[in-house]
Amino acid sequence: MKTLVLAEHNDTSLSAATLSVVEAAKQLGREVDLLLTHNSCTSVLEEAKSVEGVSKVLNFSHEKFSSEVAEDVAACVVSVSAEYDFFLASSSTSGKNNLPRVAALLDIQQISEVTDIIDEKTFKKPIYAGSCIATVQSSQEKNALTIRTTSFDKVPNSGGSASVEDKEVPEPDTRKSDFVKNELTVSDRPELTSADIVISGGRGMQNGDNFALLEAVAGKLNAAVGASRAAVDSGFVPNDYQVGQTGKSVAPNLYIAVGISGAIQHLAGMKDSKTIVAINKDEEAPIFKVADYGLVADLFEALPELESKL
Amino acid sequence: MKILIPIKRVNDYNVKVRPNQANTDVDLNNVKMAMNPFCEIAVEEAIRLKEAGKADEIVVVTIGDDKHQEQLRTALALGADRAILVKTDNPVQPLDVAKVLAKVYAAENPNLVIMGKVGIDGDHNQTGQMFAALTGLPQATFASEINVDGNKVEVTREIDGGLETLSAEMPAVITTDLRLNEPRYASLPNIMKAKRKPLEEMDLESLGVTIDEKVSTLKVESPPERQEGVKVETVDQLVDKLRNEAKVI
Repeated sequence: MKTLVLAEHNDTSLSAATLSVVEAAKQLGREVDLLLTHNSCTSVLEEAKSVEGVSKVLNFSHEKFSSEVAEDVAACVVSVSAEYDFFLASSSTSGKNNLPRVAALLDIQQISEVTDIIDEKTFKKPIYAGSCIATVQSSQEKNALTIRTTSFDKVPNSGGSASVEDKEVPEPDTRKSDFVKNELTVSDRPELTSADIVISGGRGMQNGDNFALLEAVAGKLNAAVGASRAAVDSGFVPNDYQVGQTGKSVAPNLYIAVGISGAIQHLAGMKDSKTIVAINKDEEAPIFKVADYGLVADLFEALPELESKL
Repeated sequence: MKILIPIKRVNDYNVKVRPNQANTDVDLNNVKMAMNPFCEIAVEEAIRLKEAGKADEIVVVTIGDDKHQEQLRTALALGADRAILVKTDNPVQPLDVAKVLAKVYAAENPNLVIMGKVGIDGDHNQTGQMFAALTGLPQATFASEINVDGNKVEVTREIDGGLETLSAEMPAVITTDLRLNEPRYASLPNIMKAKRKPLEEMDLESLGVTIDEKVSTLKVESPPERQEGVKVETVDQLVDKLRNEAKVI
């Protein structure tokens, strides 16, 4: 039996999250295949073939995959499921949307947000927003896992030489739900969950315009820009900036929290970062309890100075 | 139009939950319980659809012991019309819940099912998608906007890169994200009235669903604590530490 990884991409390249899921898949000690649904995205297929550690790419190319609908992806996975005893996806919104649908169709109780693979049936995962870590054991023959990608290294997307198997898309003409439109945030910055450096702003930023101060520092560091839930709820920035329990989990080499008090729900999304910096004018702010370097300062003075010194 | 709202009883979101002494599970003794925040958003959305004249009946359902009546009564006080308690004293996992809900769905035949995207206890984020799979319904997860139009529902979804809009044929399953709405509070007169609204109980076994613990919990621990670091006095010091000590820039 083998392990199947659901690949994610943006029509031009594979998602970095997929490279972390392949690393997790390798730890299960079986052959790893990649399932790719796309609409004639040649560059993605080429990249998928080159991912280190992948034996075969199951190639589901069809017009309808110019957008992704969970029902279609799940049908593709189920159509090849007999050969696999592990089904892995990342804990991105795509993986969270698709994999439980697959799991239910295969009568599998999925295990979500796996941070550690202890053996092929035993896993660690955060519960209660990261307040506790559970070690869970599956008694199932087949298992479905979403992978917390910040807990696994990325395999290189080069050096591999997987074979490609073209697959028929099941029921290509039926669709009960259909894609209408996307409104994606356009940014020159790296993607939040895969960036080496993340700089986030909280309620202390006071308004959305002031995020330009963070952008300026981010530009110097090639960092992604994030935000706390308080900043999102106040309407400073869109929800896809949100780092925390209800937003994204990040674990960059450097995380700079600016004007963020450090609510439990924010810490849940960033406390695995390698180095944490906190800039806050309130020296009692709980964020300082998790920060490697704390600077008690007015962010409106500290940020321009920081930018000028980088 | 009839809307079915599955809800979950969880710890109050303000409570920090810790492992028990034996590290076998979390310690929920004396912890205040409440309706899962994402389920409150689902209830609120259904009430708004009813107020807008787009829905005429809201049915809430949950699975668990007698204490779960509290959360059903809360939903009734907020504006749901009737409630169903599927009774069991055993813990249930998302796949079990999805199977039970599929039975309730078959009996109730709602046009729309709206539920929270995730329980803040187990952090599974599975039940809506699994239920949609078992019933063969289209799914629109992580909704930040819902527009019902005829026999279709258009849903704006919060995805990693921004927003995505899907149009689904009804019946459909929608899971709620935080920004869909801000739930109201129940008024005292409505809390009193809710006591007279119908709450039906049925045994889980009578639905023909067998619960089996496919995934068991071996251990529950606190996450490793981070050491508090140092305070720097100036931006220059900070830059120096990041360059020469942490070596991250």
